[in-house]
Amino acid sequence: MRSNSKTELEVGTSQHLTRRAFGAGLVAGTGFLAFALPVRALTVEQAKALIDKAIGEVNATINSGRSEEQMFGDFERIFATYADVATIARSALGTASKTATPAQMATFTKAYQGYISRKYGRRFREFIGGKIEVTDAKPYKSYYEVVSTATLQGEAPFDLRWWVGDKSGRQLFFNIIIEGVNMLASERTEVGSILDKNGGDIDKLIAALNAV
Amino acid sequence: MAEPMSQFCFRMAAIAGFAALFGLSACGPGLAPQGISDPFEKENRSTHALNLALDKNVIRPIALGATKIVPKPVVQGVSNFAGNLDLPGEVVNDVLQLRLGKAAHNTLRFAINTTVGIGGLFDPATPLGAPEKPTDFGETLAVWGVGEGEYLELPLYGPSTRRDALGKVVDIGLDPVRLLIPKNKAWIDTFAQVFAKIGDRGRYSETYDSILYDSADSYAQARLLYLEHRRHDLGQVTTDSEFEDPYAQQQ
Repeated sequence: MRSNSKTELEVGTSQHLTRRAFGAGLVAGTGFLAFALPVRALTVEQAKALIDKAIGEVNATINSGRSEEQMFGDFERIFATYADVATIARSALGTASKTATPAQMATFTKAYQGYISRKYGRRFREFIGGKIEVTDAKPYKSYYEVVSTATLQGEAPFDLRWWVGDKSGRQLFFNIIIEGVNMLASERTEVGSILDKNGGDIDKLIAALNAV
Repeated sequence: MAEPMSQFCFRMAAIAGFAALFGLSACGPGLAPQGISDPFEKENRSTHALNLALDKNVIRPIALGATKIVPKPVVQGVSNFAGNLDLPGEVVNDVLQLRLGKAAHNTLRFAINTTVGIGGLFDPATPLGAPEKPTDFGETLAVWGVGEGEYLELPLYGPSTRRDALGKVVDIGLDPVRLLIPKNKAWIDTFAQVFAKIGDRGRYSETYDSILYDSADSYAQARLLYLEHRRHDLGQVTTDSEFEDPYAQQQ
């Protein structure tokens, strides 16, 4: 309940300028309600459109018949276009990101982008002949949750959710939830384990990611 | 500052009493567990090593071999058959959870698949609008307000929790199918269940392999995936703020 009101508040505040520009002659109180809702609906549409477009490109790549190597390149480009790679990479690195130098962070983020494109790209091949469709989108906390359903051949459809936010300055997704399994949490565990195996050395972690 | 001992004891007793009362009265999947409770990590990790060795040397080769030899429709048929035998027990659990709509759904599903689906070998109920809605006694316990408990990795069976492990034991012990069919026919159920599990291992081999063999720490990865997926199935949405809003940590 609390989070809902927080979302409304934030949407309201972020639309303050728009509201002022449009709101001549409107009583502030009614203006808030009248404009906050349509504006939010528009942004839900934007979030939905973003994921629709990303899924469209993933589907096209999967069914392109290109080689695995080429597909990895395509996936990396899609990931870099639609995802907030810097934020996902920072989250995956966890507390170690606080001690990393800016140069290390930059190299890590680049290595991580390639790593995750290869790792998830391999799994996307299982989607050949299947499809992912956006079914719903709604405001959730301070961002938007875009709900999609993945239908694979001969399997029960499953639930795939995308969290889209604009705190990076652009609308980008920063998390994927597959049947309740949170990509950021899973990545934090994995990257943390690789880091541990390398004695906490970020440079060795980067080399390990590049080797996957 | 020193509190009289008696007053302290009274206070603790009151808190304990209140907690017990609350625990009993708490109902529904409202108790969303947070994080991971794994005090038996050392023991769990040795079980995990054992499970990995079993998978690598026995289960995986059998599963991959079987998927090559046994035709897909046969694997699917046995899997349907095993799933159908689970339904009576699931209906009992639905009733214990007071989810009567779900109980009716699963009863209908059992009726359709047992008759039209020839003893459960086929699954006409799904296209007819009664798809799988599985449950178990672990979920019943969750609905009754029993907490998840510690994480456990069980030999052969894999990831679980204290509550789900207890649920598993009850599900096997009180399975209506096992209680009703003649003792000398019980092996059919057992065989179908084991066959179905091996079929799953073969069918989803890429997913299993990526978790068990491609993860840097397959124990930690399996533990996380199990807990998150299980909580999702039980309708317990965990809110881990770190992953809810990764932007909050950035400054």
